[in-house]
Amino acid sequence: MAINERLSGNEAVSFAIKQINPDVVAAYPITPSTEIPQFISQYIANGEMTTVYVPVESEHSSMSACIGSEAAGARSMTATSSCGLAYMFEMLYIAASNRLPITMAVVNRALSGPININNDHSDSMGARDAGWLQIYAENAQEAYDNFIQCVRIGEHKDVKLPVMACQDGFITSHAVERLELIETDKVKAFVGEYKPEKYLLNPDEILAVGPYDTPQYYMEHKKAQTEAMKNARKAIKEIAKEFEAMTGRKYDMLEEYRMDDAEYAVIIIGSSAGAGKEAVDELRNAGVKAGLIKVRVFRPFPDEELVAALKKVKGVAIMDKTDSFSAAGGPLGAEVKAAIYGKVDGITAANYIYGLGGRDVRVEHIKQVFEEIAELVKTGKAPETYKYLAIRE
Amino acid sequence: MKDNLMKNINPETKWQDLTPGGYIYASGNSAEFKTGDWRTVTPKFIEEKCKQCLLCVPVCPDCAIPVVDGKRLDFDLDHCKGCGICAKVCPFDAIEFVKEGE
Repeated sequence: MAINERLSGNEAVSFAIKQINPDVVAAYPITPSTEIPQFISQYIANGEMTTVYVPVESEHSSMSACIGSEAAGARSMTATSSCGLAYMFEMLYIAASNRLPITMAVVNRALSGPININNDHSDSMGARDAGWLQIYAENAQEAYDNFIQCVRIGEHKDVKLPVMACQDGFITSHAVERLELIETDKVKAFVGEYKPEKYLLNPDEILAVGPYDTPQYYMEHKKAQTEAMKNARKAIKEIAKEFEAMTGRKYDMLEEYRMDDAEYAVIIIGSSAGAGKEAVDELRNAGVKAGLIKVRVFRPFPDEELVAALKKVKGVAIMDKTDSFSAAGGPLGAEVKAAIYGKVDGITAANYIYGLGGRDVRVEHIKQVFEEIAELVKTGKAPETYKYLAIRE
Repeated sequence: MKDNLMKNINPETKWQDLTPGGYIYASGNSAEFKTGDWRTVTPKFIEEKCKQCLLCVPVCPDCAIPVVDGKRLDFDLDHCKGCGICAKVCPFDAIEFVKEGE
């Protein structure tokens, strides 16, 4: 029997880590992810986990410690947010290029400045090209479920890449929700034991990790890395199927909400999908064929799934909870438009920047977006390249 | 991925046959990395002037002066980068540098 509980997103992820009982956790506290290393430290102090906790002096060091321990053959995990993730930037690439399947809980928070501790996606979106998988949760249940799946996905023999399990800071990480936890023995059986093919502490084999790569080899190694990211799509789907068989909860690259006959859609990531779904329901009740696409997996990018989901849609709003400062929109907007270019005909695609630095995203905001999209479709006008949602001006 | 691919990996190797992350499944193999083609000037060992004092051997940053039975031999041009330190320390002018190809 599944365990009914009421937990915050941080508690849920910490509980998942306790159930998995990894070999190493190396972490440095930063709001709003601080509770995760705090709870894990308490579990270890209480004798509920046998994990080695490495209290490091910075996030650059926490990621470095995870890289070292994962290369040594130890399943390693960490958690961070915002500037902490930014401080890991250099090491994120090392973890990915060395093909080390570290699992990191990212509790999304705005990057400074102006200094702000609240939620948006600027931190993980800033690290979107680091070679990590990125899987985003809408709520605490998904944060828990995703984290458990992320361990398997990263460690899959055809993938071997690190994974960020993202949830929205405070909105998901600190709000307490009812959720279903999986029995610990089932979690342990699901993730299995970490058995890397090659690891530094193997006394029977010689190994050097992270050697200098000359121009004659670097590009072939990057090609292998990008192929591993492509392989992750299959692994994500396979592992989601196994997870569904265990829990009944279904996961994929995307979640399509009332998209079957939708004429207008929003594409959104994370907790704001909740407000988005409510807006869709209200519009449906008013006779508007609205739908929502929640991007669960951002890396690898769900390009084929997006093309399939948007084929019959007249107008779409792509919602970015970060600005890339390209002066041409946000990263999700740019990538969705690139994915559908030449593959989806006659669609009106608008890009919105919303919810920065913890700005509330309300049902009426999403309804406003749907209204604007419908108006553009009706008048045949081209949308602005991108715009800020609900901005004072 | 096979073990000990080290010897088979070369600039013609396809990406599928490289080790993940460029891992090296061997040790003590720096000699297999030939650095001689970095050289723009080449050392010339003038054996008749050499007194076998061996001052040149420890200053070579690339261990490119082989010593057998207490005597130095001609240069290991697979690894000599042509830095010229050996010629500087030689008291007997037994090492000259000529431009590559001359």
